[in-house]
Amino acid sequence: MTGWLDRLREVVESHTRHRFRTAVTAGSVAWGIFMLVLLLGAGTGLENNIRWQFRDDAINSIWIYPGMTSQPWEGQPVGRVVQFSNADIERIVEVVPEIDHISGRFYLRGEFTITAQTPAGGTRSGAFSVRSCHPGHRYIEQTMMVAGRYLSPRDLAAERKVIVIGLRVAEFLFPGRPLSGVLGEWVDLAGIQYRVVGVFEDVGGEGEMRQVYIPITTAQAAYGGGDQVHQVMFTVGDATVEEAAGIADRVRRVLARNHHFAPGDLRAVRVRNNLESFHEIQQIFVWLRIFIWLVGVGTVAAGVVGVSNIMLISVRERTAELGLRKAIGATPGQLVSMVVQEALLLTATAGYAGLVGGVAVLEAVRRLMPENEYIRDPQVDMPAVIGATVLLVVAGTLAGWFPARRAARVAPVEALRSE
Amino acid sequence: MITLSDLHKAYPTAGGPLPVLKGIDLHIDEGELVAIMGSSGSGKSTLLNVLGILDGYDTGAYELDGQLVRALSEADAARLRSRAIGFVFQSFHLLAHKDATENVALPLYYQGIGRAERMRRARQMLVDVGLADRADHMPGQLSGGQKQRVAIARALVTQPRLILADEPTGALDSTTSDEIMALLQRVNDQGMTVLIVTHEHDIAARCRRVVHLKDGRIERDERREPQGAGAAP
Repeated sequence: MTGWLDRLREVVESHTRHRFRTAVTAGSVAWGIFMLVLLLGAGTGLENNIRWQFRDDAINSIWIYPGMTSQPWEGQPVGRVVQFSNADIERIVEVVPEIDHISGRFYLRGEFTITAQTPAGGTRSGAFSVRSCHPGHRYIEQTMMVAGRYLSPRDLAAERKVIVIGLRVAEFLFPGRPLSGVLGEWVDLAGIQYRVVGVFEDVGGEGEMRQVYIPITTAQAAYGGGDQVHQVMFTVGDATVEEAAGIADRVRRVLARNHHFAPGDLRAVRVRNNLESFHEIQQIFVWLRIFIWLVGVGTVAAGVVGVSNIMLISVRERTAELGLRKAIGATPGQLVSMVVQEALLLTATAGYAGLVGGVAVLEAVRRLMPENEYIRDPQVDMPAVIGATVLLVVAGTLAGWFPARRAARVAPVEALRSE
Repeated sequence: MITLSDLHKAYPTAGGPLPVLKGIDLHIDEGELVAIMGSSGSGKSTLLNVLGILDGYDTGAYELDGQLVRALSEADAARLRSRAIGFVFQSFHLLAHKDATENVALPLYYQGIGRAERMRRARQMLVDVGLADRADHMPGQLSGGQKQRVAIARALVTQPRLILADEPTGALDSTTSDEIMALLQRVNDQGMTVLIVTHEHDIAARCRRVVHLKDGRIERDERREPQGAGAAP
């Protein structure tokens, strides 16, 4: 009996005979799938990159900075500098219950020398930046404790001299020590001794892990801050974008009352609403995705038309051959199946090549350009791309099937007469 | 071998059915060598299509080898064709991308015979038509007469009961035509029924029987001793 190898030989032979046409068809199919993969991959890469840039801070966080009044209010002139205080934070927590974590920051500018004692009796010091904040800061900055604990309300209440250090700081000051062994050690920060109570990691990267945190009240007392707060930040739980905007507005009004500026004065305090920015960017991505899919569908459709045309021409050109095969005993079914298998082999091989090529390019991009500003971890939605390939293959097959069925029905003597 | 009784066939056209075969009565015995002559439009091709089971007919009857050929499915027609009929065409219709042996072997492919056996039988058949030394040549490397020999070998390879030759010498010069006719006569001498459609009188003259077709009817059915140069001894 004739086996699959025999049949394959017949099918492949037909393609090798029309090399140019085969190459053009295969090329258009492969190119279509290749471009689709690249487009989808680039889209995902862009999106991943933006998500990555948001990774450091909680997406649902709102950051508020003091500004300068731009509207006269309650007899006060414009151009007044607003200054936040601990009382503002207490008031905000009272008035806006939707806030789940809140923190202020009292800025300690520049880098500070931190010195630790070595077990051998010497010292080891390095310069690091210091942040002072509330316990809620942990959730806003997405700080992950790897040893010990974060700052606590009692630390703040008692103005304790405790410090939470980044993983890189711990590794630098206490080389070779297990992290648990670092806890309880004393370090010198600008002349004041602090006890290490925790070590943390941060998805924000290396820079974040070179930070240290101390209680905001301790910083205010030690560095002459009174009860001044430079910045207020909080998270809004699972509030929607609209709810978050409302919350930000209410916080603004609390501050307006406390500091006597016009509630509508947008310059008196500056609001950075991460949820809103993230949402805006997500909107852009929705459109980007729609655009990419439109282009992708267009590319695949062009491929389908191309394959259909080629198969039509191929069948028409081979009227005589099909007639001959029919005359020497091929059933219409065998003829149709031969043409369909040709189309199937061509489109499936080409589509697969395009798929592999596209994925290879994406993989190369990922390997060769691991860190760049635009694209991060470009990937394709495999089911979608495979679906597109299958669509092309099916279309190509149908495009072979219809004309082949017609050709297989024709009585071939006329076709065989004319040449 | 072949019996046609009052065979009618019309093609549907926009202006109503166009009758092409208008009552053909023809009987051909096994082992006959028959020429069918007629001008274009006489119904030759249609008759050839019907005889070759490539097309159906409207009324009447066509018996091939004792079997009524009527309303066969395409697949059944293909099987009967594959078993019983070998075709030879004016322009040879060898597949250009296959060598001589593969071309001859192709009908066996559609009978589901394995490649090794196909090639063996095809090579033997090429020896029989005197082309043993051309077995591996591609059609493009063969002369017209050699191509037609390959085509005849292809028609014979399934050991059919009937050879239908459609203008088999139409594309050949006279010397080569003689050779091809001699080959067909030899095939006929071995007992094969051969039916040649032609418009060339000197080809028809070499057949014992000439059926003249005109306007869808048999005009004349001559039987005579074959004549002409190069006739079989």
